[in-house]
Amino acid sequence: MKFLSEYRDQKAAEQLSQQIWKKVTRPWTIMEICGGQTHTIVKSGLEDLLPREITLVHGPGCPVCVTPIELIDKAVAIAHRPEVLFCSFGDMLRVPGSSKSLFDAKAEGADVRIVYSPLDALKLARTNPERQIVFFAVGFETTAPANAMAAWQADHDHIENFSLLVSHVLVPPAMEALLSSSNCVVQGFLAAGHVCTVMGYEEYFPIAEKYKVPIVVTGFEPLDILDGILMTVSQLEEGRHDVENQYARATRREGNRPAQERIIEVFEVVNRQWRGLGEIPASGFQLRERFQKYDANRRFPFSGEVAQESPECISGLILQGLKKPNQCPAFAVKCTPENPLGAPMVSSEGACAAYYHYGRRQSHDRIQPELSGTPGR
Amino acid sequence: MTEFNLNCPVPRVADDRIVLAHGGGGRLTHQLIEKIFMPAFGNSMLEQRHDGAVLAVEGLKTGSRLAFTTDSFVVHPLIFPGGTIGDLAIYGTVNDLAMCGARPLYLSAGFILEEGLAMDTLRTVVASMQEAAAKAGVQLVTGDTKVVDKGKGDGIFVNTSGIGLIEANVKQTIGPASVQAGDAVIVSGDLGRHGVAILSVREGLEFESPILSDTASVWPAVEALLNAGIEVHCLRDLTRGGLATTLNEIAADRNLCIQLEEKLIPVQETVQSACEILGLDPLYVANEGRFAVFVPAAQADAALEVMKRVPVSKGSVRVGKVEETPGRTVVLQSRIGGNRVVDMLSGEQLPRIC
Repeated sequence: MKFLSEYRDQKAAEQLSQQIWKKVTRPWTIMEICGGQTHTIVKSGLEDLLPREITLVHGPGCPVCVTPIELIDKAVAIAHRPEVLFCSFGDMLRVPGSSKSLFDAKAEGADVRIVYSPLDALKLARTNPERQIVFFAVGFETTAPANAMAAWQADHDHIENFSLLVSHVLVPPAMEALLSSSNCVVQGFLAAGHVCTVMGYEEYFPIAEKYKVPIVVTGFEPLDILDGILMTVSQLEEGRHDVENQYARATRREGNRPAQERIIEVFEVVNRQWRGLGEIPASGFQLRERFQKYDANRRFPFSGEVAQESPECISGLILQGLKKPNQCPAFAVKCTPENPLGAPMVSSEGACAAYYHYGRRQSHDRIQPELSGTPGR
Repeated sequence: MTEFNLNCPVPRVADDRIVLAHGGGGRLTHQLIEKIFMPAFGNSMLEQRHDGAVLAVEGLKTGSRLAFTTDSFVVHPLIFPGGTIGDLAIYGTVNDLAMCGARPLYLSAGFILEEGLAMDTLRTVVASMQEAAAKAGVQLVTGDTKVVDKGKGDGIFVNTSGIGLIEANVKQTIGPASVQAGDAVIVSGDLGRHGVAILSVREGLEFESPILSDTASVWPAVEALLNAGIEVHCLRDLTRGGLATTLNEIAADRNLCIQLEEKLIPVQETVQSACEILGLDPLYVANEGRFAVFVPAAQADAALEVMKRVPVSKGSVRVGKVEETPGRTVVLQSRIGGNRVVDMLSGEQLPRIC
């Protein structure tokens, strides 16, 4: 088993697609939570295989898209300090702050480096004792264990020249926020498989019950997503609203306990601003008291102006699934990956960028069903 | 009921400075060429937008033409699995000439060396250039050296320019302008090895099985095609920006559609796995010994047969075709049967967060 080509097999995809066509009797709107899933859907042209009754909307599960603009500004300001070596995951570099991105900062001389793991940043701290190493700790529950580990390791080894600029967000509170909004259109969820690999999926049972919405923990390959859609559609057609696990090869109900323990040791749950969505209660992590000496926010006080946001970009509507990227008047006209008006046009996981790179033909060939404001549940 | 406070940023985009993406080979590179260089230097030969200029020079044998090209090399690290900046600099320019249908003959080399560079490193790089030049059958006939202060360079920068000869029996114009609907698209081997080899040795990235760069001269493959009398419409090396960028340039230039089938595109399993881990798309990853050929569909099988007999192109595969519509578009049929547009990248590919 290589776990790659097996999940991209055309015959198996056609079979799943046929089963979905057979199951569907009326329109359903399903949201895939995670940007990685959005990426697969557009990259594999998966919507071509679905009946028109099914509308996929792309959720807020892209860390690049929901990291608040103030934090990007802060990151840029910290990166500009001469003693700082600023480390980040690659796709955060292009995200626009109120005036600059980290790429711009790099072009202006800031020492900004792409790393693949916070532990690589910690390694840099060891090898550059005269520099201040700051890691941009963004992401969902998926990246939290490694970031927690970096803080824990720094503490354990007494590494003083290392800190984290934390902007961690959590999936279940965002789902609840979307569902409790009066204009919610989402009737079923594909939950993010890798988030659940870490956290398990216990948290989703009360949500499915309270909002009468099916939630299927789903993987990231084309067949995973087709299978997840089939499971969701089956529930919708049968009037059920259970939590089911499509991604059983990687995810257990209780998740990864040691990872959770490390997260809880290092982080505590706080309210968090989501770019495009606003503040969501208990939806993020920050460092606990014991680890706050590694908080870049404290180490490098920031006195920038409050960032200005403009109404021109409709990313908030897109992240809630109320609009598709190509329904935005600025899409591919004023807003492109080179000149993004909003963050979803930046990351390859962002819904707008995904549509821009892979899906533009579709917007000409197919008429997307108009999304009404009335939830079907 | 909660109502969201909807807002989104409108940032100013800095276009007042050069950013790395201007050199990435994608859309920003093209903007740079179109907005800065073309207005200043534009002429009929630059307008061809090919890998090299084809020059009719008086005194040559009737029908023969000269090809002239230049390329600069700034790779880090200087020595990587499967090659060095030195053989890249030779093969890069040799291949640009080959893409004009020209036999590579003479090269120049300009070195910008950084103060403090280890002499051993320079020796290694020069030795690999010597070996590459011998393999490619070219002579290095003129050169230049400059040294810059420590911190103002990255060890070694190399520029090479080259001259090649297009024989009189090559009647057709080889270049994007000759691409037509109905052409078959062939790639000369598996994709993505060079880019992944470079990434694999950059800071913090280690793979268990080494992936070697594909850096090599592709002239033997081109020569075989021309000698076999194949009606080659266009040749393009798949360097910076990979297959996707190259095909987008041609589709845009000719207002044609290029259709690809994902399952036909050759990618080594290790390269594919590395790309999966890094969140990269091998279609956009650089190659240094691969090229795309456009030939009339009727000659595709003959072309493949010729190419497969030459070692550098033994992995040749027909991956797609050219159609009239939709113009300016590269479409890929995915493994599962859906279609997507393969766009030009706006900057460099960035590893994804999760």
